[in-house]
Amino acid sequence: MHKEFLMGNAAIARGAAAAGLNVISGYPGTPSTEVLETTAKINNGSIYVEWSVNEKAALELGAGAAYCGARSMVTMKQVGLNVASDPLMSLAYIGVKGGMVIMVADDPGPISSQTEQDTRHFAAFSKLPCFDPSSVQEAYDMIQEAFEYSEKYHTPVLFRPTTRVCHGYASIEVKDENECLKNTPEGFIRDPSKWVIFPRLSYNAHISIEKRNAGLSDVFSEYSRNRIIPAADAGCRRGIASHGISFTYVQEALADKKAPKVLKVSTPFPFPEKLAVEFLNGLDEVLCIEELDPVIERELTYVCGKYHLSTKIFGKLTGNVRNAGENTCDSVAADIADFMGWEKKAAAELPAAPELPVRPPVLCAGCPHRASFYAVKQAMKGKKSVFCGDIGCYTLGNAMPLDMVDTCLCMGAGVNITQGIGKIEPDTSCFAFVGDSTFFASAITGAINAVYNQADMTLVVLDNSTTAMTGHQPHPGTGKTMMGQVVDKVNIEAVLRGIGLKTVETVNPLELDKAVETVKRVADEKGVKAIIFKSPCAVLIKPEKPFAVDSDKCIGCKKCINSLGCPGIIISDGSVRIDESLCTGCGLCSQVCPVNAIGGERNE
Amino acid sequence: MNKNILLCGVGGQGIVLTSKLTASCAMEKGMQVMSAETIGMAQKGGSVFSFLRIGDGIYSPMFGQKQADIIIAFEPAEAVRMLPYLRDGGTVIVNTRPIMPVTAALKASDYNGAEMLDYLRKYTDNVMTVDGDKVCRELGSPKVLNMVMLGKAIRSGILPFTIDDAVEAMKRNVKPQFVELNEKALRHDV
Repeated sequence: MHKEFLMGNAAIARGAAAAGLNVISGYPGTPSTEVLETTAKINNGSIYVEWSVNEKAALELGAGAAYCGARSMVTMKQVGLNVASDPLMSLAYIGVKGGMVIMVADDPGPISSQTEQDTRHFAAFSKLPCFDPSSVQEAYDMIQEAFEYSEKYHTPVLFRPTTRVCHGYASIEVKDENECLKNTPEGFIRDPSKWVIFPRLSYNAHISIEKRNAGLSDVFSEYSRNRIIPAADAGCRRGIASHGISFTYVQEALADKKAPKVLKVSTPFPFPEKLAVEFLNGLDEVLCIEELDPVIERELTYVCGKYHLSTKIFGKLTGNVRNAGENTCDSVAADIADFMGWEKKAAAELPAAPELPVRPPVLCAGCPHRASFYAVKQAMKGKKSVFCGDIGCYTLGNAMPLDMVDTCLCMGAGVNITQGIGKIEPDTSCFAFVGDSTFFASAITGAINAVYNQADMTLVVLDNSTTAMTGHQPHPGTGKTMMGQVVDKVNIEAVLRGIGLKTVETVNPLELDKAVETVKRVADEKGVKAIIFKSPCAVLIKPEKPFAVDSDKCIGCKKCINSLGCPGIIISDGSVRIDESLCTGCGLCSQVCPVNAIGGERNE
Repeated sequence: MNKNILLCGVGGQGIVLTSKLTASCAMEKGMQVMSAETIGMAQKGGSVFSFLRIGDGIYSPMFGQKQADIIIAFEPAEAVRMLPYLRDGGTVIVNTRPIMPVTAALKASDYNGAEMLDYLRKYTDNVMTVDGDKVCRELGSPKVLNMVMLGKAIRSGILPFTIDDAVEAMKRNVKPQFVELNEKALRHDV
């Protein structure tokens, strides 16, 4: 053992590797992404690492590997599990041979997600065991135990950290190389009665799953990470139940206190019922401190009913704990103080601060998405149009002054939302914007649906040749895999032509006039047609020489600022200036300026 | 000895690296370290913070209001934003150079940082300022602000390690070609 300072996600990757990981697959998504990236970094060649096109593909690949006796891990964020839920639900019945951990990162807040869904429900729904770590060290240790349980019970298991565990750092005890396990897969052993799902198999599997889970509830009551921390004041008849990062907030709040008794639940499913009964024994009231949904609270309420206990259970359902957003050290300390009748720690009392500058996320200086949105906006000026967005950096096209995102729902949804709006509003010009990675992940089926069902719409693919939002992961269009292989690119234009689109125009959005002209022409056509705005992500390319504003020519109309909202264009001492440290030389502003004042050296 | 440290500023100022170096210093001294920071949509230009905790008996990577021993703020308004986390008697080290939000040009904001510094001085006992622009000019690079801020924090005596410790940590974490400049910045007394 030795100490290292690791991010939670890195600790999960390192723990999995220490458990003899053979295969890892996933789709990027905050806060889960660094698990697979770390594995790729530390990989000595013994682990197969893959960014899959989406979570469903990743999970199916992980299942196949585990059928062969490999130890596999699949990584995704919580909404990714929705995409992978079809194979997940069935795989629960089939089971696995090698250990298989499905790592799903939840995002209370939400900080960078569409939903505050709680993967612990998915565990109960799919009947799969679930592990919920509360610290970086515990994540490292627990992922190894998760593989053990998975293999022992021949079932995939869910491993569910939340953002503050994934992205927290800590100095933790890590195994030395010689302490790590190696797993050699046995290979696929043909047995259709085991690997081919049929109603009869599912019926029998259902019986054995229920039996197994009842047994696992007992096993988990003995699992050391589910535990009761006794009250120093034995006479205290109140208790607190918690989990995940919130458990550490409880520890902070109780650090200098003598009571109460605390229950830490690390396996929300199957719920450690016997341990819960032991915890509830002698308690009049229990406060459940949870993030996302009141899972422990409902379980304890059920246990009280089942065992005729008179303990009152409080939490989100009773309004004692906030039912949306993240917990914090302060919120948990306040909830506990209320519950215990303790004096509350005074909040910081500061006089009203001067108005603080707001720093919202914006498209980067030089981002080609800005040019694409601006081109469509110019082309469709004065025409009745709707612009459906999707998931990616380009969702930021909603911000002023572009203001070009009318809807955004989930990965790939924009295509068929556009189709739906078009069916009800035939006189509206309908546009669906989708990024290249999202296109491959989940918009191709949508596009086929639109073609087949005779939609009238323009599909705009914003192709910046990377998965930018989550930190520039490769995808099928980039010609590179996560293992570093150079492979044939999947060509978006060829895909669209292949599914039947007659018009597919590829244009560089930074050539503004041509881009506007293309949009005007293509938008006027009937049926499903596409424009591919192709220009690489500004973060990935070496910047060109920055532009400059010629103060003699500039008339101060601020059209560049008010139409583009580029962070590289600033006002300094009352005049418009270009911030050289941000400007990438994309040249969009110089094409917007009505008096040709932007150019600098570039115009000479 | 426990220390709660809060670093804050604007994305792109080198805050995360500063946090890593501070953690590395503490690790070398055999101390337990935890930290948490903004990741994700806070890219260049967004508000960035990093909570850093050193010592025994710490459970959560983040701490509550009025618990920071020191706030190392790379930007005046970000110092004010995080001020509720400063404990009574805690210290604020702040770079005086304001950074305009990217939306300022759109909204014609007149933010200049002066009233933020006034506010900090008025409602905090221990404020130390660093003229980041001036120091970076003296050192010949805008990229060393983070080392200057860390050096100042260490010289304040609040962090439990020396400039030499930080220099060693920096050498472990940055590319060789940047070591000399960064060492100069750490040792630059402001």
